[in-house]
Amino acid sequence: MFNQPIILPLLVAVFVAASASLLGSFAILKRMSLVGDALSHVAMPGIALALLFRFNPFIGGVAFLFVAVIGIWLVEYRSSLSVETIVGVFFTASLAIGALIMPEHDLIEALFGNITGLSAPESIASIILSLVLIAAILSIYKQLTLNMVSQEIAQSIGIKNRRLEFIFLLSFALAVALGIRFVGALLMGSLVIIPAASAKNIARSLTSFMVESMTFGMIAAGAGIVISYRYELTPGPVFILISSIIFISTLVIRQTRRA
Amino acid sequence: MNVVEVKGLSIEFGGARVLEDINFEVERGSVLAIIGPNGAGKTVLLKSLIGLIPHGGAVRWADGVRIGYVPQRMDIETDVPLTVREFVALRGAGVSMAKIKEALGFVQLDERLLDAGLGEISIGQRQRVLVAWAVIGGPDVLLFDEPTADIDITGQESIYKMLYHLQKNLGLTVIMVSHDLNVVYRHASIVMCLNRSKLCYGAPREVLSSEQLFNLYGGEKAFFQHKHG
Repeated sequence: MFNQPIILPLLVAVFVAASASLLGSFAILKRMSLVGDALSHVAMPGIALALLFRFNPFIGGVAFLFVAVIGIWLVEYRSSLSVETIVGVFFTASLAIGALIMPEHDLIEALFGNITGLSAPESIASIILSLVLIAAILSIYKQLTLNMVSQEIAQSIGIKNRRLEFIFLLSFALAVALGIRFVGALLMGSLVIIPAASAKNIARSLTSFMVESMTFGMIAAGAGIVISYRYELTPGPVFILISSIIFISTLVIRQTRRA
Repeated sequence: MNVVEVKGLSIEFGGARVLEDINFEVERGSVLAIIGPNGAGKTVLLKSLIGLIPHGGAVRWADGVRIGYVPQRMDIETDVPLTVREFVALRGAGVSMAKIKEALGFVQLDERLLDAGLGEISIGQRQRVLVAWAVIGGPDVLLFDEPTADIDITGQESIYKMLYHLQKNLGLTVIMVSHDLNVVYRHASIVMCLNRSKLCYGAPREVLSSEQLFNLYGGEKAFFQHKHG
């Protein structure tokens, strides 16, 4: 059914979306919806430098993300400035820097993603890293949930909240680094948040929330790639639109249930 | 024998002293009630006891003491996708259904509640779930921070009854923050009045005199003595 070039991007999109939406379900629970946007902006200068000096953009992105994650983590604990303020000022500034130093012909791709531009080894690496990310989140999801429900209770049974939050932010950075090639820096936040927000509309239990979030992300990613191939469109925006349609549908279901 | 000894505990937030030179000890099997006006540092004291807040001075728990902590409130939305059953399961892998049912029995909660959402149930029910959660861990000490404004009087009364039974049946030591002086009078073995520093300490009958309460709460003299006078 699919010709050869579509299968790899399709797999990458589905796996990357699965990991991002699983992470997103906890980002929503922790009310960190904006962090995805912030981090994707931070990745921009890293990607731009990588393109300028011809090394792998993934590595450039990851390096900048790592620094940003440490920054967010420290700010959260050490300063009285709210994270939102920091995000609002510094992270959009880094998007601006990224946009200025980015080679012009790469700018659109960096902003909106181009999954078809991935080489075969890059694609396989993306799939493996997505699986690693999923495994990492599943191994800490109980602690994360408890941390989200009550930090005091978590602490009282010996969970190291700060360390846990740092691991979570690192996972977030990895998800962003993976997803940014798919949907681009502008839409990255949505890749993390929309499937999870859709799942939250209809899920009552944690298990169903996680499963539905991943399912929505995978469906939107798969359909997004197929449709964008058929009509020669950029996959990222198509994915976001399909996700948004799923979100609206779940919202309708939620409202009818309540009525 | 003492479960915990607190020596010279003090806490500062951004240069402001919140707690000053607090000293006390809690005997095994007793009920310590911490009372004081809003902003007196009661919750802060409780949190510092379990190491949630950095502090000066020393908090020494007896060896091997297991602590169950019941926070004042949970910061969750009503539509949080987490059932009571799932929340209880977060206690750890070793929690059997029998143990969960036993704990629910202790706090007088219906098992049918297990499938309700944690954000859907009433605050009183959630407080019971939290106590059950703490009890499942087999604690020696229960730290209970009273929910204040957001729970009705009947709900509060039954929670204290339940705490009292727990303490009797399981031989728990209870350290609780309370606003209800009637409850304190009836159930506490020791009362500590707190307003930044320790203002009084002793058996309820001795401590809860009008004069002491006047000192503690300032002008808002307590009506407590009239009720039980």
